[in-house]
Amino acid sequence: MSSLSIQLPGLNLKNPVMPASGCFGFGREFSQLYDLSLLGAIMVKATTPEPRFGNPTPRVAETPGGMLNAIGLQNPGLEKVLTEELPWLDQFDVPIIANIAGSTEDDYVKVAEQLSKAPNVNALELNISCPNVKTGGIAFGTDPEMAKALTRKVKEVSEVPVYVKLSPNVSDIVKIARAVEDGGADGITMINTLLGMRIELATGQPILANKTGGLSGPSVKPVAIRMIYEVSQHVSIPIIGMGGIQSAEDVIEFFLAGASAAAVGTQNFVDPFVCPKIIEELPEYLAKLGAEHISELTGRSWKKNERLAYYRP
Amino acid sequence: MIRQENCKIVSNKQIAKNIFEMVLVGELSAEMKQAGQFVHVKVADGFDPLLRRPISIASINEGSFTIVYRRQGKGTSLLAGKSTGMTVDVLGPLGNGFPVDEAKPGQTAILVGGGVGVPPMYELAKQLARKGANVMTIIGFQSAHDVFYEKELAEFGEVYVATVDGSYGKKGFVTDVLDGLALEADFVFACGPTPMLRAIENRNDARKTYLSLEERMGCGIGACFACVCHTKEDPQGYTYKKVCSDGPVFQAGEVVI
Repeated sequence: MSSLSIQLPGLNLKNPVMPASGCFGFGREFSQLYDLSLLGAIMVKATTPEPRFGNPTPRVAETPGGMLNAIGLQNPGLEKVLTEELPWLDQFDVPIIANIAGSTEDDYVKVAEQLSKAPNVNALELNISCPNVKTGGIAFGTDPEMAKALTRKVKEVSEVPVYVKLSPNVSDIVKIARAVEDGGADGITMINTLLGMRIELATGQPILANKTGGLSGPSVKPVAIRMIYEVSQHVSIPIIGMGGIQSAEDVIEFFLAGASAAAVGTQNFVDPFVCPKIIEELPEYLAKLGAEHISELTGRSWKKNERLAYYRP
Repeated sequence: MIRQENCKIVSNKQIAKNIFEMVLVGELSAEMKQAGQFVHVKVADGFDPLLRRPISIASINEGSFTIVYRRQGKGTSLLAGKSTGMTVDVLGPLGNGFPVDEAKPGQTAILVGGGVGVPPMYELAKQLARKGANVMTIIGFQSAHDVFYEKELAEFGEVYVATVDGSYGKKGFVTDVLDGLALEADFVFACGPTPMLRAIENRNDARKTYLSLEERMGCGIGACFACVCHTKEDPQGYTYKKVCSDGPVFQAGEVVI
């Protein structure tokens, strides 16, 4: 067994590194740059029942160490994803995690039912945390009861394991995490973006046409680490961690906090080759920590009776 | 093919007010084919600014290429501060440029550049002239301090300059120059501020008009959907084009600008 292979519900991963949903489209663009089969998995772009154009432009704004986006779940809709995007991805030997979104419970159920039947979809990622859409999205992810009920409904129809993507825009993320675990979630992915805003000095107006957007990039990493550290101690389902990952060292930190796999988002825009680079570098970092397998690292920051070798950069 | 390369700076000099010309050595210049393509430049090693900057390619040479940019914010100021011998992380070439192949020998092309939209016109003029097309260029700026590439573009045909304050060339906009010339052309190729592109699109100066658009970008390769625009045939619907990967050059009437 490779030192990087990971078994998670529905997912047999060669390595724990995957591009995060919304930062990789359906893989077509990045396939021009490297072989997508190198990746641990691919979390594809959110799919809604009908096509969506998303929000007006400008949709991105920069912040020191981060970026704000308000794309608004633009996607070609369920039918095209089923007939064009997923079949195209079948040429790669890589597990697919399909991110599902909608405006209503029925939307989520419809997309979940159909995408989970697609032959190359290994798991669903239930997106109840998008801050950039007016209905659905974050509304489901900030209320524990709604999150639990939606998770349960999606679980009832899904033929593959369901991971729920949590929003950091809540006062008690552990409560939401426990609610989705109670609802039957097979895993958690966290964190989605933090709601933020920037105003242009020249005009005095918000830079984003949507006014607010989701903050991502290295500036959100401490928030993600803290939340994964808290949640991982209170749930028994695995966590795929994300939020500002840029390097193999960051992936290790997410594991130490309590993650069992890691997703890379914004950094794919900064360095489109970041995922294969991290995968290549991880074994060296494991060796530095005296770990034989990356799964040994999960939650080591709070498992006090298990000590690791001191890390020597 | 798109490549990522640490390109060495051969020169980085100011050529007009806040306008810099940087020559970079890189194997990726061999991949650059079309005038109007762009590169995505990482201006700093650290986290601030985090994202790359899309910058148009002004000239493609053997083993090297030239970019021209306006020093405006933090990112371009950092780029302006770099000196010869340093390297810059460049991703490219990106996007689809102007369809030079459509122009036949003897045909007439009017090139219109506004401000920092002028640079791609240099490589375009070069390629069109090489094909035997007749090239005429109209470039517009705010004032005399901002004018650049007039002499360079004159190598390939007549050049007309407009400045908004009238301190150099014709007073007004590039469209005022076009009004005065009343030309018949086979092609108009334009790059510049959106109001200029709209004005060009609304005129019928040529058989075919191509416009190079600008939009805030995330990835530059088509994955993030930050720079999408509606198509003219479906202005409120779901069909779209991505400025970074479907464009930045579109035929007039193709997308909503």
